[in-house]
Amino acid sequence: MGKHIIKNRQIVEDNWQHLADEESLPASGDIIINYRRWQENRGSLKNFSGRLGITIGGEVSAETIKDDLAFFQLIAIAFAEFKDGRGYSYARLLRERYGFQGELRAIGNILQDQIYYLHRCGFDSFDLDQGRDINAALKAFSDFGTYYQPAVV
Amino acid sequence: MYQYNEIDQQLVEQRVAQFRDQTQRFLQGTLSEDEFRPLRLMNGLYIQRHAPMLRVAIPYGLLSSTQLRKLAHIARQYDKGYGHFTTRQNIQFNWPALETVPDILAELATVQMHAIQTSGNCIRNTTSDHLAGVTPDELEDPRPYCEIIRQWSTFHPEFAYLPRKFKIAVSGTEHNDRAATQVHDIGIYLTKNKTGEIGFKVLVGGGLGRTPFIAQVIRDFLPKQDLLSYLEAILRIYNLNGRRDNIYKSRIKILVNALGIEHFRDLVEAEWNQIRDGALQLENQRIEYFRNFFTPYTYDSSAGKNKSYAQQLLEDKDFAVWAKHNTRAHKIAGYRIVYICLKAPRIAPGDITDIQMDAVADLVDQYSFGLIRTTHNQNLILADVKQSDVYNVYKALEQQNLATANIGTLNDMICCPGLDFCSLANAGSIDVAKQINETFDDLDYLYDIGELELKMSGCINACGHHHVGHIGILGVDKKGEEFYQIQLGGSAANDASLAKIIGPAVAKTEVATSIGKILNVYTEQRINGERFIDTLRRLGIEPFKNAVYS
Ligand code: SF4
Repeated sequence: MGKHIIKNRQIVEDNWQHLADEESLPASGDIIINYRRWQENRGSLKNFSGRLGITIGGEVSAETIKDDLAFFQLIAIAFAEFKDGRGYSYARLLRERYGFQGELRAIGNILQDQIYYLHRCGFDSFDLDQGRDINAALKAFSDFGTYYQPAVV
Repeated sequence: MYQYNEIDQQLVEQRVAQFRDQTQRFLQGTLSEDEFRPLRLMNGLYIQRHAPMLRVAIPYGLLSSTQLRKLAHIARQYDKGYGHFTTRQNIQFNWPALETVPDILAELATVQMHAIQTSGNCIRNTTSDHLAGVTPDELEDPRPYCEIIRQWSTFHPEFAYLPRKFKIAVSGTEHNDRAATQVHDIGIYLTKNKTGEIGFKVLVGGGLGRTPFIAQVIRDFLPKQDLLSYLEAILRIYNLNGRRDNIYKSRIKILVNALGIEHFRDLVEAEWNQIRDGALQLENQRIEYFRNFFTPYTYDSSAGKNKSYAQQLLEDKDFAVWAKHNTRAHKIAGYRIVYICLKAPRIAPGDITDIQMDAVADLVDQYSFGLIRTTHNQNLILADVKQSDVYNVYKALEQQNLATANIGTLNDMICCPGLDFCSLANAGSIDVAKQINETFDDLDYLYDIGELELKMSGCINACGHHHVGHIGILGVDKKGEEFYQIQLGGSAANDASLAKIIGPAVAKTEVATSIGKILNVYTEQRINGERFIDTLRRLGIEPFKNAVYS
């Protein structure tokens, strides 16, 4: 059974597989690769039979992959540190500037207290670290009922 | 004054509920100290030397009497009966218990107040000119734009986790800057372009702290409707490119200087071009909506005919001295701007008791349209007092120990909380303030010295703005002992400059005597009514330095 995540404000089972560096490419399925693998194996990955996702975040900006968006059904933005706010800008740029329409997932060190802001910046799925309370996180979408400034939603 | 609508009210109430939940999770242990820290800081809550410190926002320094009474109530109920006004026009409570902070926030929400974004690595309270709207020298009242910025920046989803804190100031005049605009991350001046249109001059990258910088101009003229899109572009470039590996290098000033202003400007303008026609554009109607909250009062047009004020000045010498130093001309004839001095001898600069707050609230209800302003010099202002009422106001202030006639003098110093409250401090600042106060207790001497800005910080974080004091004092630690570095020649006005260190730090007991020696050089060398800062700029620091160390 896969891990549970939040997607479109519901708790669902996740069927994407994060492919670690040393793991070889499976024949099919939905996989999430990191940016380095994309750089190195772009040619073969383009022909992958299943759905493809990529992880960016930190030093790997949204701009780095802006010309490749058509290949990805999912973009995961990793938060190594919950205080690193670059991912919020990456998300808005992907949605508002580069027109990414697929699944935009926040992964890593994120707090339930950040869900509301992340959501407004364009994230529609959330893969919380082990030990985080996913039910509490689900409630955080309604921390605020209104806002002052335009964003993605 | 701006009045909350349902949206504003809903947001502050939901914030209280959110923070109550966070505090509970922290106390139960499900939210770690590391995770709670940035969340509580974004609600103005520090854990200090003795107890938590709560910083409450006073947007651009404007308070109603109702709000001030609530602050008095909080001081009484949740603290030790006093509050402390800061250099960013906010108020701090030094002794609340952590568990009661959600209740304090709930009380604040009932009077349209909050502690949102008063600390943390986010956009802080926007500050402004404490004389906005009542001086003839401004192009336009800056406060509507401050409120527009306040709303845009409040709970901005993209900019809550910036590399470092971010401060914005807006001034209605370029020529008489009273808002320290050039030492802010973004400084904004109302300005006119060649065709007579009013818009903004935008500066970026100013700031004090460990590596002080004066801000540089990024745009000479920004049309009004583009205010928010331009700010958003600057913040986005900063959020994407600011350093996060070293907190001492993470302010925007470091980024601007590393890239150079031209390159930084290119990045911002390119970003701006992508978003300037978007949803952030301010329609005229919207600007007018905000301006309407700050329309001038219906002043009494016959106020100027009153003769009693002139008479009282003649009859009561103490009153005349106080009026000279602690009041200013108002743009409407027959009105005065009255300063409430929070720098009485032996009182920590900026401190005020609950009883004094209540008394001030009563005074403004009676004499000044029910509004108080806070200044970045840590005093208060009644902005609209009829001449004929000034004497009564003076008498009432005198009873409350709020009428020391030292506004603008050496003793009207800026001082951070220092070792007494702040866990980062290297040295005490409040007791040095007292030492200076006691040494220079002769008001006539202070008046003779004239306009002089003394600013003191208890450590290199520079909360007391020592870099921009005519005289700046910085507390340092030398092998566990408190020492004080003396700096000269700073200014936060439109001729902004950074002070220079004159030599080795002096012992605690030597601070006031060293200042005395510096002032002697001034009184001996000044010509034709020069201010201290002018003499200093003319002579350079050498003679002053020699006097201190000879
Ligand atoms: S300057 Fe230093 S000592 Fe003073 S309040 Fe700031 S951090 Fe504390």
